[in-house]
Amino acid sequence: MKKIKINSFAILAFVVTFIFTTFNANANQTRENVIKRGSVNCGVSQGVPGFSNADASGKWAGIDVDFCRAVAAAILGDANKVKFTPLSAKDRFEVLKAGDIDVLARNTTWTLSRDGGLALDFIGTNFYDGQGFMVRKAANINSAKKLNNVKVCVETGTTTELNLRDYFKANKLQYEPVAFTKSDEAVAAYDSGRCDVYTTDKSGLAANRTKTKNPADHIILPETISKEPLGPVVRGNDENWANITRWTLNVMIEAEELGVTKANVDSLKSTDNPAIKRLLGLEGETGKNLSLGNEWSYNIIKQVGNYGESYEANVGPKTPVGLARGLNQLWTKGGILYSPPVR
Amino acid sequence: MNKENIKNWLKVNLFSNWYNSIISLFVLLIILSIIPSLIDWAIIKATFVGKTKSDCKAGGACWVFISVWFEKLIYGFYPDKQLWRVNLAFIILILTITSAFFVKPKIKPYILFFLIFIFPIIGFVLIHGGFGLENVETRVWGGLSLTFMLTFFGIIFAFPLGVLLALGKRSELPVIKYFCIAFVEFWRGIPLITVLFAAAIMFPLLLPANTNVDKLLRVAIGIGIFESAYVAEVIRGGLQSLPKGQYEAAKSLGMSYWKMNFLVILPQAIKTVIPGLTNTFIALFKDTPLIILVGLLELLGMVNLAKSNSYWLGMAVEGYIFVGLIFWFFSYLLSRYTQSLEKKFSTEKH
Repeated sequence: MKKIKINSFAILAFVVTFIFTTFNANANQTRENVIKRGSVNCGVSQGVPGFSNADASGKWAGIDVDFCRAVAAAILGDANKVKFTPLSAKDRFEVLKAGDIDVLARNTTWTLSRDGGLALDFIGTNFYDGQGFMVRKAANINSAKKLNNVKVCVETGTTTELNLRDYFKANKLQYEPVAFTKSDEAVAAYDSGRCDVYTTDKSGLAANRTKTKNPADHIILPETISKEPLGPVVRGNDENWANITRWTLNVMIEAEELGVTKANVDSLKSTDNPAIKRLLGLEGETGKNLSLGNEWSYNIIKQVGNYGESYEANVGPKTPVGLARGLNQLWTKGGILYSPPVR
Repeated sequence: MNKENIKNWLKVNLFSNWYNSIISLFVLLIILSIIPSLIDWAIIKATFVGKTKSDCKAGGACWVFISVWFEKLIYGFYPDKQLWRVNLAFIILILTITSAFFVKPKIKPYILFFLIFIFPIIGFVLIHGGFGLENVETRVWGGLSLTFMLTFFGIIFAFPLGVLLALGKRSELPVIKYFCIAFVEFWRGIPLITVLFAAAIMFPLLLPANTNVDKLLRVAIGIGIFESAYVAEVIRGGLQSLPKGQYEAAKSLGMSYWKMNFLVILPQAIKTVIPGLTNTFIALFKDTPLIILVGLLELLGMVNLAKSNSYWLGMAVEGYIFVGLIFWFFSYLLSRYTQSLEKKFSTEKH
């Protein structure tokens, strides 16, 4: 009997190793696969204003979309060689793990359990989000600290709901949550007067304000009650690929810091500034360290632009999403965006 | 109808006694309070012509949203230049189905054969590519056309399988019988959403790396198998309604098992369960939006995508009404079609 047990255990062990080795067959090959395929497969949302969305002609846009385009520019030299796959919040990580996509840029919050528990790597933060509140101007509330005995419209089953509870508990304030499954319902209920407050991530507050009957009647309170760093994700078994994507994002931030834009990148090729020379790959061997050509960073800036350009075009104050830079400003200008040196 | 008749009709149907009168007045009040504002919003104050959200200033519904996004809502991200291929596939389908009304009964089995075995191949080649046609990945399929494709595939996959399962459940061979019972009970016992998640997410994890079965295909087969369990039970209901004499008569003519079932039993059984089958297929049609959860964008998914475009925020009501009307219209069409089938196949004298 004992012998049989050992045998079956050995078989099991063999099967498990076999499965794991076949699983890992894809490790460290993402870059090669992308080059062979001629396109970057990018997982995006099923429609989040300003982050990833399509227009009526089927063209994708948003800051997450720009990131994917930048990755394609870096590797393939053409920002248009991206294939977008819309994913739901529920299946996004599994699709990435299964290898259907190369990078997930789907306004995903970076948390310890996701980074450590899922065999995935968050490669940085391309948007610092956080939960905020919207109230009616007529209510004369100018700070979240003054929210007491209010009805709050919130989406159920999200961290938003939990943050809300924590905030009111910590500040010893009374509130009554009114929960909805969809943001459209929550906003409509708030607009019709069923709640005094509407809460969601700040990136969504301004966009949702445009859905009310009279957007000018509502204000967004200054407080941010939670940390939601949103960033792109890749599989955890490919160091080279993680580096390529991480430095793609860093190059976009560094380019803004150095004042390199889509428009002036060509004229700056003749600059004497060593930092810009390194950024554009005219000096040093930044590309080689990532197994890329030295044009990689130039292609990103030329074809997609720097971080600030992408921000202003997709979520900035001039767009319907209407978000001021806030935390997403460069560290030199009062924000927390900071790229390690590109050298 | 003259005045006297109307008065009479009102009295008999709406005001026959005091409590009926109260209910009638109450319902009338509700209708009067809802309908005018609805018409006002949907038609009178609505904007029909324009190109952007800012064209909608009248305060009513913004149907511009639907017209601008129409192509995407119908075809998803399918490339513009290749749209004729989707259209051609659906035209062939519609022509085949309508032709069934005008041909001789003898030809009908061939039409059915064409629909179940040949048309899917033609449709697949047209829409997916091959034989000189440019390849269009399933990733870009979407909108109403995807809803139809899934429904059609679900029906032609589930129907034959369901028939076999129904026969298998009544089989005298224990292996077949208990396999069919287990199969039906298993698929009927789990929710569709579980099937979709398993097909879309779990299944690829079980495959060795670098083998890739298309996600849409996995999901479509999942839906097909799920529905086949329901179809099997509906058809079994029909089989049980047949008197024993039918089986005995067929056997006494020396018919084999398959001949007996396909020539005598099934034609009668399926005819009696047409309402139940219609029910199942309409439910299948209306279940397709669930695929949103595994990242596929059929009609409802495309509306969700469109209404969350930064420049089209706040169009949820228009979008959902459009989806609702489309689903109602095609469910109704399917229901009318099968009603006409029922009348056609009816052997009872009226």
